[in-house]
Amino acid sequence: MKYMLRVLFSLVLFATTAVLAQTDVVESDSTTVVTEQTPAPVSMFEAKDKDNDHGHAFVLNWELSADDGAGLDNVLTYEVFRWTPNISDSIGIIDTLLNVAIVDNGPLNQTTATDAEQRIDSLMTAFLGPLANASAQEKGARLHELRAAYVERLAEVHSAYPANGYWRKIKVVPFGTTSCEDVGGKEPENSGYIPDFTDYYYRVDAVTADTLVRAESKIAGPVQSSGQWFNTGRVPVLCFVIIFTILTLYFVQAAKKGTDLYVRPLGGIEAVDDAIGRATEMGKPILYVLGLGSAADVATIASFTILGRVAKKVAEYQTELIVPTYDPIVMSVAQEVVKSAYYDAGRPDSYNEDTVFFVTQSQFAYVAAVNGIMLRDLPATNIYMGKFYAESLILAETGALAGSIQISGTDEIAQIPFFIVACDYTLIGEELYAASAYLGREPVLLGSLKAQDYAKAAIIILAIIGLIAGNLDWTGFTGLFEVTN
Amino acid sequence: MRRFVPLAITFIVGTVLILSVFIPPAQDLNRTFTLYFDIIAVFAFFLGGGNLLRVHINKLRMKKRDWQFSIVTLSGFLIMLAAGLFKIGNPGDIATAVDAEGSMFQTVFNYVLNPLQSTMYSLLAFFVASASYRAFRAKNREATLLLIAAFIILLGRTPFGLMLTGWIPESFSILQVPNLAMWIMNSPNLAGQRAIIIGIGLGVISMSLRLILGVERSYLGDDNA
Repeated sequence: MKYMLRVLFSLVLFATTAVLAQTDVVESDSTTVVTEQTPAPVSMFEAKDKDNDHGHAFVLNWELSADDGAGLDNVLTYEVFRWTPNISDSIGIIDTLLNVAIVDNGPLNQTTATDAEQRIDSLMTAFLGPLANASAQEKGARLHELRAAYVERLAEVHSAYPANGYWRKIKVVPFGTTSCEDVGGKEPENSGYIPDFTDYYYRVDAVTADTLVRAESKIAGPVQSSGQWFNTGRVPVLCFVIIFTILTLYFVQAAKKGTDLYVRPLGGIEAVDDAIGRATEMGKPILYVLGLGSAADVATIASFTILGRVAKKVAEYQTELIVPTYDPIVMSVAQEVVKSAYYDAGRPDSYNEDTVFFVTQSQFAYVAAVNGIMLRDLPATNIYMGKFYAESLILAETGALAGSIQISGTDEIAQIPFFIVACDYTLIGEELYAASAYLGREPVLLGSLKAQDYAKAAIIILAIIGLIAGNLDWTGFTGLFEVTN
Repeated sequence: MRRFVPLAITFIVGTVLILSVFIPPAQDLNRTFTLYFDIIAVFAFFLGGGNLLRVHINKLRMKKRDWQFSIVTLSGFLIMLAAGLFKIGNPGDIATAVDAEGSMFQTVFNYVLNPLQSTMYSLLAFFVASASYRAFRAKNREATLLLIAAFIILLGRTPFGLMLTGWIPESFSILQVPNLAMWIMNSPNLAGQRAIIIGIGLGVISMSLRLILGVERSYLGDDNA
């Protein structure tokens, strides 16, 4: 009995302790209500026109609140406000009406009356007055007129600050941020249009976890945006372009005068002739793949040049050439290039219109078609020149399996390793562009190649000096090459 | 005249676009000209479709080798063309989008074209294996270096790498395989890549100058520079 009492007592004690412990937790929870203290506002807040742009944009800079990362350490975000006249809201609503209601066969053009239609109609009436019999087009035209009138008044209403406006939150940036940009629309028709030479006012709030607890900065403004005619942030690029152009012109002139220009041999290009010879001997075709690039890609343009040279040799040797293309424009240009090459070789009669043909614009369907050609026709030589993506390895490995000699060239960094592995010769990056000049052996083309080599040497020297300057903290030198915006 | 007009257009447009990089109000020109290119590209689709039809109908008519494949190509082309143009099986009327859910166009796209494309793409896995086997044979010094680097990176990207070398003290942490792999990727590999990128950049500028100055004309089908 005594034992039973002891057990009972222990159980009651345990239960009481557990309940008390639970109560403690509840009490503890109820006392952890956090009351944020107002943080210090940001300092040195300034708004200025964004440099080197087309206008319609501002840059806002400030120094962190004393309670951001230090002090109370309770600043979570900075909210950026722009003083906005009420008329801007009207413009916004008109934009919505124009985009949703008038354009894109929106509710106004539908025959069924809906809530949305009624709401839009009531808004339209608020803006335009009663328009019972007006068509959607008429309403649209009236809205455009009204919008234009409001936009015209923007400068005037901004100058009336702080009357008839309010502070609108335009951005929220995280703690630790000390700047942001407010880039508006360029044209009056754009939503969010910021007119140049108009007074704007900004404010930044340091905000805590409790968004009601915040500190406002002083107001920056009036500030006006304006566009510049020259981007001084890109002067180093302009200098480089000018120097490079002068170098190119100099070497082209030198080449024209007969100066002997040495150009290092490119294994891949020298192999082209052998590969064509091999195909002729074997009586098998040559497959030329221009890649997935469009006619606007520099790699594809370089590939056209190489195709021209290959086609000329093919015409001379009377070998078959197969050029499946991915892009219809590329096909048209390639057809013209091959046709000209046959004419140049004095074999216009040998030109077959089906040499260059369109396959598809679907990446892997194209790969399937080209792989099919490789496995059915077993070309002696496969040449891949141009822009390639994920299909590069599938093509090159299939070609290797088919036992073809393969020559490739691309400027896609990620695909170069695949080609190196699967092809016999690979033109790496710039060698693809150099190939056209190298193949032609035309003095003017070699001159441009020589200029490229000198520019490369200059870059290597500057990179070494830059490395030293960077380590020795010579910001004057590294700053010369800084490109902004 | 046949050569002069395109060369003049290339020179003027090229020069204007280069200058637009330095003139903020003209910076959007690049986008505008890209738009022009896209508009021209739309018409080129007719060229592509026409060429496809011509080549394969010729193949069928002349019963060239493997002409049977042309039947598949032409059927696929014509069925998709009809499905898209006439919106066959579209849930709504003709005004609904061509790729509306339930339309024949979308059904064929989802259940025929997509799986076929995925099948082609999946071949890459096997080709990566066969290409790696060929590349990583230690035939010479360079290939051996490649093999070692690849081995470290493969190992470093798996938990096994950390398991093997996790015991190495913190002061020698660079010798842990994942860190070594990261170093190879971020230092020698990146340096090599950047060298190639700089070369490509110069090559592009040089090629563009050749085109703008009319030195390079092969894209016009003119072999004589």
